[in-house]
Amino acid sequence: MLIAVMADIHANREAFEACLSHARTHGAQRWIFLGDHVNYGADPEWVVETIMAYVSRGAVALLGNHDAAVAERRPAMDGPARTAMEWTRVQLGAAHRGFLAGLPLTFQQQDTLFVHADATAPRKWNYVTDPYDAARSLKATDCRISICGHVHKPATYNLSDTGHMTTFQPITGAPVPLLRQRRWLAVLGSVGQPRDGNPAASYAMLDKERNELTYFRVPYDIDTAAAKIREAGLPDVLAERLRWGQ
Amino acid sequence: MVDGFVIGELIHDRGMSIIRKASRPDIAIPMLIKVPSLLEGEDPAAIVSFEMELMILPRLVGVHVPKFVAAGEFPDHPYIVMEHIAGHSLLTLLDRLPLPYAEVAAIGVKVATALHDLHSQLVIHLDVKPSNVMIRDNGEAAMIDFGLAHHEQLPDLMHEQFRVPYGTAPYMAPEQVLGNRCDRRSDLFALGVLLYFFSTGIRPFGDPKGKRALHQRLWRDPVPPRKLRPDYPPWLQEIVLRCLEVDPARRHPTAAQLAFDLYHSDQVKLTARSERLERDPWSAVIRRRFNPEEAPSVLKRAVASQISAAPIVAVAIDLAEGSEALAEALRTTVKRMGEIVPGARFACLNVLKQHRIELDRTLDDEGQNKHLKRLIELKHWAQPLAMDENRLTFHVLEAVDPASAILEYARANPVDQIVLGARRDSALRNILGSVSGEVVAKAPCTVTVVRPPRVLDGAS
Repeated sequence: MLIAVMADIHANREAFEACLSHARTHGAQRWIFLGDHVNYGADPEWVVETIMAYVSRGAVALLGNHDAAVAERRPAMDGPARTAMEWTRVQLGAAHRGFLAGLPLTFQQQDTLFVHADATAPRKWNYVTDPYDAARSLKATDCRISICGHVHKPATYNLSDTGHMTTFQPITGAPVPLLRQRRWLAVLGSVGQPRDGNPAASYAMLDKERNELTYFRVPYDIDTAAAKIREAGLPDVLAERLRWGQ
Repeated sequence: MVDGFVIGELIHDRGMSIIRKASRPDIAIPMLIKVPSLLEGEDPAAIVSFEMELMILPRLVGVHVPKFVAAGEFPDHPYIVMEHIAGHSLLTLLDRLPLPYAEVAAIGVKVATALHDLHSQLVIHLDVKPSNVMIRDNGEAAMIDFGLAHHEQLPDLMHEQFRVPYGTAPYMAPEQVLGNRCDRRSDLFALGVLLYFFSTGIRPFGDPKGKRALHQRLWRDPVPPRKLRPDYPPWLQEIVLRCLEVDPARRHPTAAQLAFDLYHSDQVKLTARSERLERDPWSAVIRRRFNPEEAPSVLKRAVASQISAAPIVAVAIDLAEGSEALAEALRTTVKRMGEIVPGARFACLNVLKQHRIELDRTLDDEGQNKHLKRLIELKHWAQPLAMDENRLTFHVLEAVDPASAILEYARANPVDQIVLGARRDSALRNILGSVSGEVVAKAPCTVTVVRPPRVLDGAS
């Protein structure tokens, strides 16, 4: 079973479409969206409707902090995120907001936990940015594998049975073998707003049979996505950062 | 019996793993099964090195590694089944040391070629030693045991888990002693130790016990082989001592270039290394020991970028009269490549055509030795490049068919790119066929076909 896992789409239609198409071509059979589907980008309505359609066909979508902020005005946001959040709320209808508000915080399938941020307290939206965060998050679950987003920078961590953490920067297209006597935490990159210096959209494919996780980078039409953000009157920085992946 | 594999005779039980013969009715090749030593009190590295091999071996292909067959993971039954290579380990040669120089060089070519193949697959072995080299019955070398290896695209569990360096003390490169597991030239150092040992019967750094003794190789140079064997060939000493340079940047840049030098021993550029009869004086050793400026560079660089930064380029040059424009165009191309890739080495080839039937006369009409004449012409062609002579070698290949000769050369040597000219005269091409066309179609690497700029006449 090949599971396409996508995090932090952030209403970037061009990036999302490119990743969906890439994953289909690579044989994805299941779809899991780790949250922060909206905010920042110019296509919240299209993105939410697309995710609703996928969910109606068996995909899983989780709640991210930006989804919660748009749906419930919690957590509170500042600066460009707040401006974009207010704009996004207006774009979405009650049905869209209701869909977002009703999303679960976690999803567990066999030995794998999917969650938007740190699993310790999913509603607190803590970042997993180093081995200590990763060890804490792994402690909060019995699952052998955890997959999260929220950071917008890809990384994998693993914990040996003697308690050693190993950090690894995944290489595009090179499968990471999820060795069974270790516990793994994979932080995905962002589909719609990469921040690791590589502007290409990022997602990963989990191969349950081969027990491997492969990170992909997918080029997309950044110019169009950025132009739409500017046309919508959203803060310019949200358009500009797409170009640099920062 | 595990997963259908029938477990046979014990082959090896020491250190980190237990190896037995294995068979399964539906698999024809002879096989080995390897399981980690999990006894209480065993080194935890046994498990981690098993995990590393579990990740790396299935990703490797080709004759220079044992073929991966199957694996079982923790916690049920961890095992790896792989091809049982038919041949002998280099360990079996130890009671014959020192070996004749030509035999040492031939072994070196095989091992360096195998290492180049591994490096091309993004793996650094990091435990090159006689017991980890198998010579197949067909003569090719295969590297075994990837428990300490590093794969550029996989998590390095050894590095993260054990801050102390792992390796085999007599063979470990200085940078490996310092904990750097990302430099493929560490394998060249270990191969240098092996070549030194096989050609002199003595290990250049002994068999040090403990961290302090292990660190000595950072500042203490080995006894030059010529001091041990007065008839030691200068070219071999040049190669071996270059492998044993403390700073990886002073070794051969790639295993392919090392193989190339061992193969073309007559073309090795001799430096002061080849002449040495004594170790460095103590004053130099003490300076290296206590001066941080002298510390070797242990900068981390990606394996793939190291290889692509030091390619071997074969340039096939047509020296026939009327080919001046083409020769000039070839020179321009080579000059540009040389400037862009300062680590590149150029093997200048010329094919001396042999006639199929009549016995070839080795002297031309003016009584000159044709082979030597071609060599001089080749050097003359290269002279305007004004390139460091360490970067150029010259080879006259005698063959009936030029395309086959070039292709054979590219296969026998780990050539990364072939540069050759396109024949302009279409009438001749129609009769003889195009050499460049055949080389392009069959080459094992990138081929660049060079044409002189076309002179446009008024009519067109």
